[in-house]
Amino acid sequence: MTARMFASAIVLSISCAATAALAQAPIKVGAFLSITGPAAFLGDPEQKTLEMYVERINASGGVAGRKLELVVYDDAGDAEKARTFARRLLEQDKVDVLVGGSTTGTTMAAVPLAEQAQTPFISLAGAVGIVEPVKKWVFKTPHTDRMACEKVFADMRARKLVKVAIISGTGGFDKSMRGECLKVAGNFGVEVVADESYGAADTDMSAQLTKIRGNAAVQAVLNAGFGQGPAIVTRNYRQLGLAMPLYQSHGVASAEYVKLAGSAAEGVRLPAAALLVADILPDTDKQKPVVVAYKHDYEARYKSEVSAFGGHAYDGLMLAVDAMKRAGGADKAKVRDALEATRGYVGTGGVVNMTATDHMGLDETAFRMLEVKNGAWVLVR
Amino acid sequence: MTGMWLQFLVTGITVGAIYALVAIGFSIVFNASNVINFAQGEFVMIGGMSAVSLLATGIPMTLALPGAVAVAAIVGLVVEKLAIERARRADVVPLIIITIGASIFLRGLAQLVFDKSVHRLPPLAGERPLDVFGAAVVPQSLWVIGVTLVIVVALTLFFHRTRAGKAMRAVSHNRLAAELVGIDVRKVLRASFGLAAALGAVGGVLIAPIAFTSYDAGIMLGLKGFAAAMLGGLGSFPGAVAGGLTLGVLESAGAGYVSSAYKDAIAFVILLAVLLLRPDGLLGARSRDRV
Repeated sequence: MTARMFASAIVLSISCAATAALAQAPIKVGAFLSITGPAAFLGDPEQKTLEMYVERINASGGVAGRKLELVVYDDAGDAEKARTFARRLLEQDKVDVLVGGSTTGTTMAAVPLAEQAQTPFISLAGAVGIVEPVKKWVFKTPHTDRMACEKVFADMRARKLVKVAIISGTGGFDKSMRGECLKVAGNFGVEVVADESYGAADTDMSAQLTKIRGNAAVQAVLNAGFGQGPAIVTRNYRQLGLAMPLYQSHGVASAEYVKLAGSAAEGVRLPAAALLVADILPDTDKQKPVVVAYKHDYEARYKSEVSAFGGHAYDGLMLAVDAMKRAGGADKAKVRDALEATRGYVGTGGVVNMTATDHMGLDETAFRMLEVKNGAWVLVR
Repeated sequence: MTGMWLQFLVTGITVGAIYALVAIGFSIVFNASNVINFAQGEFVMIGGMSAVSLLATGIPMTLALPGAVAVAAIVGLVVEKLAIERARRADVVPLIIITIGASIFLRGLAQLVFDKSVHRLPPLAGERPLDVFGAAVVPQSLWVIGVTLVIVVALTLFFHRTRAGKAMRAVSHNRLAAELVGIDVRKVLRASFGLAAALGAVGGVLIAPIAFTSYDAGIMLGLKGFAAAMLGGLGSFPGAVAGGLTLGVLESAGAGYVSSAYKDAIAFVILLAVLLLRPDGLLGARSRDRV
């Protein structure tokens, strides 16, 4: 064989490989999200984010030589539907990776299916229980409610506020966060002296807050809540003239909360992801380029304000893509191992370092403590 | 702690007045057709959301609020025309099921026409709470309570003093007889839906500054309003007010004195008890179907 023939053979085989790659079936990313229903504010930005970035990734050549194909179903926040759609994604659509579960309830409904189908599953929901105990195939992107509690209590301790009232809703997020906060309060020398709750669709929380006002020991109030409830709590809080510091959870870390609560939100503190304060982060912040770029892309395309929830979907997709690149394809077991080996990935939610015992990979540096000042968020300290 | 029980009472009355406004809408349609209109909560939502959308286009408050009420009234008429009237030969139960369908449809439509986020309207008279013997009262609650009272009085006059009102009552008592004396039953039904939708929207517009509004705000308000109407006696306007206020105060006192976790349960247990002991509600007409 002459050298020339050898060279052309190489060229031929390379071009064959290239055309083979292009002709290869796309990598399927399956998502079940709560695009409508009570959790629509989660699923809606998540869906938009996934669509936008799958398009972008494909425009720049795809992953490991293959295009991505996104298959999305709307579970409307219903765990039963989520289970059905997750099964359809795994069995009929034969997806290579599952991203989704906007809420803890819909995620937990799909966990057994993903485990059984041995398919990597990246959840976009908050509760600790999703990755604790560790499940082989299940990962998640958002920080947990326990981390939020820890961040809040650390801040309270620094302000010498040790007798705390908790007021929470009756929804899944609220209950989970309340439970985690009660568990970790002692670690920070914080004592919970009052514990009130309200219904998810309640229109007035004055009665509960009046009870808290009547408790002379209370030095600060934490509202573990989600949805519109916390905005009503904040308004009632000021109407009743309560003067102790009020903390909210990361569940309402959105511009909408400030808009709904209006001037009553002044001085309220809450833990939140860097994304929310992208523009005021110091330039030295590792996350700044990522969150600024995502915020800009999202807002330019959809003409609506970015939310932490869309950021969770961004992280979910990018973690999967990152793992596939390292795994050199979409082989499920290899992608799973690569996901677990994620180190130093900088996302909108924080810097992710996964291990065999930590399938979330975030620490408390993922949270920033924010305060509302003149109708906008500012970083505390 | 005198301020405490007073605060519970004031809070309860505000919330209760909202329930009462929704309950009145149930009563109007019930009076005209014996149908329980489960889309009533959706009319409340349409009022609030339309007002938000109209305001967002730059229309001033004085036009946006009546405009929103008009939008809801038109929706009420359309629902009656397209859904109820077509099934007018049907029994009461299928009609009720149709209203449930209409409510689901309207909620879905609202997601498309408006959006999925939560909105707040600016209050009519400032945000600074008034101090009433140590209890904080938001000016908007006075509006809610005041307008509810005005509506009850106006409706009572309408149904007892005017020809149109009397015709609507006649239809509720005996449809066939009313038809025989020349009352246009179809018109009465349509008017009742329009009126109920408009009143629901008034409620929606008034409570949006306090309780916010969103495409799904109608579900719980509809349920609580229905409970209030049942408690007070379906079809009775003073009953709707009494039922709404009772429910509101019970909830608030329950949250304050017993446990906020059982707040809703307390209200509904009392409702059950009332229905067992007085099936027609507190102020309902007894033995309506005497033959």
